[in-house]
Amino acid sequence: MYTQALDVQGADAATLDEGVLERRFLERVDAEEKIEPKDWMPARYRNTLIRQISQHAHSEIVGMLPEGNWITRAPTLKRKAILIAKVQDEGGHGAYLYSAAETLGVSRDQLIDQLLSGKAKYSSIFNYPTPTWADVGAIGWLVDGAAIMNQIPLCRCSYGPYARAMVRVCREESFHQRQGYDLMMHLAQGTPAQKRMAQEALNRWWWPALMMFGPSDANSTHSGESQRWKIKRFSNDELRQKFVDFTVPQARFLDLAIPDPLLRWDDIKQQHEFGPIDWSEFDQVLKGNGPCNAERIAARRNAHAAGGWVREAASAYAEKQRRRAATLAA
Amino acid sequence: MSVAVANAGRTDAEARDLFCFVLRLGDLSLVLGQRLGEWVGHSPALEEDLGLANIALDMIGQARLLLSYAGEIEGRGRAEDDIAFLREHGEYLNPILVEMPNGDFGQTIVRQVLIDAFQLEMFERMAASADQRLAAIAAKSVKEVRYHLRYSSGWLLRLGDGTAESHARVQSALENLWSYTVELFAEDDLDKAMADRGVAPRLSEVQAAWSQRIGEILAEATLDRPKDRPHSWHGKRGQHSEHLGYILTEMQHLQRTYPGARW
Repeated sequence: MYTQALDVQGADAATLDEGVLERRFLERVDAEEKIEPKDWMPARYRNTLIRQISQHAHSEIVGMLPEGNWITRAPTLKRKAILIAKVQDEGGHGAYLYSAAETLGVSRDQLIDQLLSGKAKYSSIFNYPTPTWADVGAIGWLVDGAAIMNQIPLCRCSYGPYARAMVRVCREESFHQRQGYDLMMHLAQGTPAQKRMAQEALNRWWWPALMMFGPSDANSTHSGESQRWKIKRFSNDELRQKFVDFTVPQARFLDLAIPDPLLRWDDIKQQHEFGPIDWSEFDQVLKGNGPCNAERIAARRNAHAAGGWVREAASAYAEKQRRRAATLAA
Repeated sequence: MSVAVANAGRTDAEARDLFCFVLRLGDLSLVLGQRLGEWVGHSPALEEDLGLANIALDMIGQARLLLSYAGEIEGRGRAEDDIAFLREHGEYLNPILVEMPNGDFGQTIVRQVLIDAFQLEMFERMAASADQRLAAIAAKSVKEVRYHLRYSSGWLLRLGDGTAESHARVQSALENLWSYTVELFAEDDLDKAMADRGVAPRLSEVQAAWSQRIGEILAEATLDRPKDRPHSWHGKRGQHSEHLGYILTEMQHLQRTYPGARW
């Protein structure tokens, strides 16, 4: 499976043992050098990256669904165009993240099979529904906002292809975040019904958005090594705090209430203190019992199954073309 | 541009004709964009999600330009969204072909090829329209449409000349949709007037070019050209299929539920 790793082992592995290779690898990571696909890397580093990048790619693809749900109902042509472009961007992110994962010696087909079989995870946030137009705004503002917090440090991730993909992803995500906020602003400053719609969406998305940063540091299983390898630069709790501090004033500007009675500014720490997160809900959604888990994966499976004949036709046609070219050349 | 300037030198009847003609073009783009938007996230492959979204986006872009212009010609202060979202069923002037359901990917591709080729022949000629605004919109749109046809005809080749199943599926879609192409070229008084005034090409000329282009694509895709059958129910005169009502219900939902709200 990891053919590239096998290819490059020849020169180094013949003369150096794993311990030396790993020490050199860590020195390069410490020196902030980028690790590239053909470089030697520990198997655990490779596997961590495959897991993380493919989860990220799957999240982009599944993430097309909750917002795509509103394309045909967007309230103006401008909003419709913005939304189509946004969902298209997410598909594009998925495409280049799959490509980044492929540099680690795994194929997109394998990864998609893992998604469809339920073996691979995607961000739980996309298992929440978008019942109103305001949810589209809330996703842009909060979900993309939280994603940016998570992803900006990834632009400096030690693995070159992932870091470079993230530069582009972050640029587009921050655009989406502003568009989402703009959508919310129009609702918040609109009619009472529109403002209510915005508040209700904020109520729905606030806590799931905080959960996007993952379990608190004490309970995070993958954090230690990822930080050592400079895949992860900040802890889950640090990023979550940053997000809260960033977002609370934005909500205030919209005159919307954050649904947390314990939220307050801590003058000594110079940061917001917020109420406890209901991790039992997070666990349930992660286990597949969220409001839309079944629907989201069914939508992906249906699209894949319904498109089977199309993909077969494309392969058959390509094969015919190859044969025709060969006949012509002969 | 103010309405007065836009309509300078135009009689009321001429303005009404132009308004209806621009609606025909704009509604085609609008309704097809709406249909293609249904695909996003559900396509056979990621690249097709991107491709169909891209075409949908261009279609909505064309609709915005055309419907804004229609509003200016009309001169009653209606903006693009008033026209796009707040008309009744019979006031939409798109051809029925674009409101036909997506069906499977093959049916969507067949519909797309038929319309892309039509838009291409129209916009190529309209880039020299006597109406400068339409000329500019056509010149911009024709670049998009060339890409759309490359995409859709590329897929029609793969599906027509792919497997036995894919061939059968697109041949059947072609049979289903073919009669809806009749109205694209059924010249009525409005089409005649537009051609007489140099605003739009003669439909007979468009049809000849379209027919030849489609013939070549079908031949290469190993598909049989269906027999022409008369079809007198014309969306461009406001006579629609049952499908448009559902499209509008969905599309107009927020505008109708929250009258006067700004988004």
